[in-house]
Amino acid sequence: EGSSRTHVSYEIKDDVAIIRINDPNSKVNTLSVQLQQEMTEVMNEVLGNEAVKSAVLISSKPGCFIAGADINMIQACGTAEKVSSLSSEGQKMFERVEKSPIPIVAAINGSCLGGGLEFAIACRYRIATKNKKTVLGTPEVMLGLLPGAGGTQRLPKMVGLPSAFDMMLTGRNIRADKAKKMGLVDQLVDTLGPGLKGPEERTIEYLEEVAVGVARGLADKKVPMTKTKSTMEKIQEYVMGFEFVRNQVYKTVNNKVMKQTKGLYPAPMKIIECVKAGIEQGPDAGYLAESQNFGKLAMTSESRALIGLYHGQVACKKNRFGVPDREVKTLAILGAGLMGAGIAQVTVDKGVNTILKDTTVEGLSRGQQQVYKGLNDRVKKRSLTSFERDSILSKLTGQLDYGGFEKADMVVEAVFEDLNIKHAVLKEVEAVIPPHCIFATNTSALPIKDIAAASKRPDKVIGMHYFSPVDKMQLLEIITTDKTSRDTTASAVAVGLKQGKVIIVVGDGPGFYTTRCLAPMLAEAVRVLQEGVDPKKLDTLTTGFGFPVGAATLADEVGIDVAAHVAEDLGKAFGSRFGGGNVELLKTMVEKGFKGRKSGKGCYIYQPGLKRKDINPEIEEILERFKMTPHPTVSSDSDVQYRLVTRFVNEAVLCLQEGILNNPVEGDIGAVFGLGFPPCLGGPFRYVDSFGADKIVEKMRRFEDVYGNQFTPCQLLLDHAKDPSKRFHK
Amino acid sequence: TIYFLSKTLAKPNVKNIVLVDGVRTPFLLSGTSYSDLMPHDLGRGALQGLLNRTGVPKEIVDHIIYGIVIQEVKTSNVAREAALGAGFSDKTPAHTVTMACISSNQAMTSAVGLIAAGQCDVVVAGGVEFMSDVPIRHSRKMRKTMLSLNKAKTLGQRLSLLGSIRMGHLMPELPAVAEFSTAESMGHSADRLAAAFGVTRVEQDEYALRSHRLAKKAQDEGLLSDIISFQVPGKNIISADNGIRPTSMEQMGKLKPAFVKPHGTVTAANSSFLTDGASAVLIMSEEKALALGYKPKAYLRDFVYVSQDPKDQLLLGPTYATPKVLEKSGLTMEDIDVFEFHEAFAGQIVANLKAMDSDWFAQNCMGRKSKVGVPPMEKFNTWGGSLSLGHPFAATGCRLVTTVAHRLQKEGGQYGVVAACAAGGQVFLPKYTYAQLARADTEYSRGATVQVFLVHSFGLFSVHVLCMKMTMCKSVQKHF
Repeated sequence: EGSSRTHVSYEIKDDVAIIRINDPNSKVNTLSVQLQQEMTEVMNEVLGNEAVKSAVLISSKPGCFIAGADINMIQACGTAEKVSSLSSEGQKMFERVEKSPIPIVAAINGSCLGGGLEFAIACRYRIATKNKKTVLGTPEVMLGLLPGAGGTQRLPKMVGLPSAFDMMLTGRNIRADKAKKMGLVDQLVDTLGPGLKGPEERTIEYLEEVAVGVARGLADKKVPMTKTKSTMEKIQEYVMGFEFVRNQVYKTVNNKVMKQTKGLYPAPMKIIECVKAGIEQGPDAGYLAESQNFGKLAMTSESRALIGLYHGQVACKKNRFGVPDREVKTLAILGAGLMGAGIAQVTVDKGVNTILKDTTVEGLSRGQQQVYKGLNDRVKKRSLTSFERDSILSKLTGQLDYGGFEKADMVVEAVFEDLNIKHAVLKEVEAVIPPHCIFATNTSALPIKDIAAASKRPDKVIGMHYFSPVDKMQLLEIITTDKTSRDTTASAVAVGLKQGKVIIVVGDGPGFYTTRCLAPMLAEAVRVLQEGVDPKKLDTLTTGFGFPVGAATLADEVGIDVAAHVAEDLGKAFGSRFGGGNVELLKTMVEKGFKGRKSGKGCYIYQPGLKRKDINPEIEEILERFKMTPHPTVSSDSDVQYRLVTRFVNEAVLCLQEGILNNPVEGDIGAVFGLGFPPCLGGPFRYVDSFGADKIVEKMRRFEDVYGNQFTPCQLLLDHAKDPSKRFHK
Repeated sequence: TIYFLSKTLAKPNVKNIVLVDGVRTPFLLSGTSYSDLMPHDLGRGALQGLLNRTGVPKEIVDHIIYGIVIQEVKTSNVAREAALGAGFSDKTPAHTVTMACISSNQAMTSAVGLIAAGQCDVVVAGGVEFMSDVPIRHSRKMRKTMLSLNKAKTLGQRLSLLGSIRMGHLMPELPAVAEFSTAESMGHSADRLAAAFGVTRVEQDEYALRSHRLAKKAQDEGLLSDIISFQVPGKNIISADNGIRPTSMEQMGKLKPAFVKPHGTVTAANSSFLTDGASAVLIMSEEKALALGYKPKAYLRDFVYVSQDPKDQLLLGPTYATPKVLEKSGLTMEDIDVFEFHEAFAGQIVANLKAMDSDWFAQNCMGRKSKVGVPPMEKFNTWGGSLSLGHPFAATGCRLVTTVAHRLQKEGGQYGVVAACAAGGQVFLPKYTYAQLARADTEYSRGATVQVFLVHSFGLFSVHVLCMKMTMCKSVQKHF
């Protein structure tokens, strides 16, 4: 008391010390240098006080226990050695917590992630609230790191080897009820409604009261420490006692990781290594392996790329256009297709009144069914109750006419990609909507200004390019024209953020940013197919480079008809530079009904219920018809990969050069979240930085000699190649 | 006298409506002496008792309205079955209402509505609950198979249907433990409510003990005169409630929490128990009652129903409804002489009292400038309550109203308020509101204007709490 501590404070109630964490400068608590320092001081005082028989560790922040280590602190280190020593300091601090002579109880409300979870599992007992915001997890792997403060050593002991691997290798969040079942927390506490104080405040207080009771009980030995284990747990423990069983587990996990990462991500392998060292060679070896590998990982380009994406994602979750004049309370969607219904689903569950309009009963019924299914799947996963589902759906109105459009604040059209149809729809809608209503068009390639040409008020027209499936894909690409007002943009971004999207705002032009980058890569993919590489091989090459979905599969997912449409449109707009594969090949496939997954046949054959997919045998005949002779100098596996990637990257850089993109961060986020550009590379711009613009230009020049202007590097890329000090990211 | 007249609360152009009398069967722990009956049997008992006590000529009864929560499928219009069995005229229409723990309040206010609208002059209202038997069904799968079997035409079809029956089909469907809309049991909700208001275990146990002691006292002094004896067919005569068990704080303190484990505060001893019982009241227009030569017990004046968020405010209705009804009639808390609040859980009552005493709650949750104010305990449930007398869901409302009338007579008061929290599955939107309140007036017995308010609130309830409460009931028996 009376100290100058700002992040950690404590109070002694009878014989229980209550240690409270609250970072005054942030919405979340992170294990920063300051917080760790203060925590060490407080621990010294508490453990040095003989009157204290037990302690409770709690956060005063609603919605956050400790969200993890301070990433900037790790990035500021500069060398692997420094990061390693940071890790071993953390290990020591938590070892002290673990070995504390008095019981320490972690009282968890809100996110308990990374270093926060490592802190909690070092405590003797964990109590968590059933708050939806209470999640536990080790997300380090998603930043290319590993749990570096004892996590790889304690977790396997706490939840067993399989669950520990699952947590650390996927980084997924675990809800409180699941955590209780896994043995990650010992007791659950309900969230409370309003009483004599606000619900959040009182819930934290209640959590503290319960935790104090448990802490005292542990000190008095009235609360038992030994957990009763289920038969399954006992069996698992027994089985894991055998070395050959454990080796089998390591091997299986190893293979699974290799299969999924293609060896492109070092962190998962290091996690397995640390766990293995601890179990097979003892804690000293384990903790040493953990701190050293943590240091090594922090220095990898993969980790930098992933951390860059994390920061980018945070940046793209903010509205840089300010607060719109009017909140969108009613949103109308035209077209109940896959897209329209998807948009409806992510809108209606945020409490926005949503109108879904289609032209036919069949279309509407299919769309409403899709929304219902989307929500009902969440009921099955228990993240929503059936009551909440019904209550959400009550805000969705399906209809065939324009009734209620006079109350709409925004209309999103998701009708067929045809300029004439879009014009007709725009005129119809403008006749019924109120003056303030925004008209957003969900198109993947048509320039917004061409669509807006039919509008009486082009300042209210904007592009909102969603990605399919809308409820799964995080990206939203918003396209503004010269005439789009700032308030319209602010409103579109606000709606997107409400829908939970990561947003990039780009300038208008054929294909905007995302479609424009994808088109040359797909054109190249078609050429590769024509040169005799079969779809499976093409997929292997692209996924081998780090794309989560292979190029052939991607084409099937997007739809061959859409791909053909886009290729033709953009081909017209950009000329021979967008050439490569023959558009006629795609058109022939469409004529034969091979439109991709939606039609059951594309590059592959899709059978419901069957995961395995075979190459569509009928496509071989088409490929034969469009066959081209490969050039031996540029057709090695690696060259094929670079042909695909460099065209993508060059187009992205050109978008920045032309001002379609506002900044490289949005370029990276758009490419990774919308198109699946390899996350381990961090996006096209970070890739240019890390791989070297000069090397990319060198490769492109070599391809240019064979294929011509499709591989001519853009000026901005050349500038970066000439001057290595020029970088897109600091 | 002038003062009182100015405060009669009679409304221009609205008929005065009166409570002629009210009765109830003894309330018994379920699974005891009533266990072999059916719901309409108990309802019959209460209705017959009302006929006997009031001597009302059967042919003048215009309508009968009865409440029930857990429906016996064989007697879905339990009002009609009970009325016919009780000897009412087969020319008197009867209908059944349901609104969770305030079902008989709904029956009474429906009666008030019929009289006020000029449709009826004499209405019998009441409610019954029979927890010794609850509908346990075949699983949905099994029901589907059995229904298909009905339609199967050939032996082959029948055999193939029978052959499709698996072990899973045979699992019975018990009334679920969870509330339909929120997947939370009411006991669990009460525990959270108590925690939200910082109500301690000791406070709850003390309140529950108070209820049992006051009930015992009332029973011993013969104040529970609304009880009519009930002859269990073929068995003995039951004349008294059997759930009143005043024990000690020590004994109550030994119980483990029933819902939130291990740190919860709601136990079997501080919750109302599963109860069998029925009640009935005779309601008339004042002029009809006087013409028939009755000396009514109270005026039933006004009512309010309110409804709140079924998750966090499920049991807070009394706090919301009480000030509404008082303001509606231009009265204040100080004007009220008798308070009868339904005691679902001791924690719920204490939480409501704390909410009524909180400016924060009034300002942040009720949109009021200041707190509602707390009823003085010397006027509050002084003859026991649902915790001790028992709580046959749909029978409790009439007990509360009749008790208010009797207490006003006995204690010499003027105005009384009844409030009850309830729950109900029929609400779809999480937030909406009605409120109920009625007033009675015992001018006839005391010569002064005395009024009863019937305040009522409405949250959410469902069938499903029952299983939970049955286990509670068992542990009550074990520990007492």
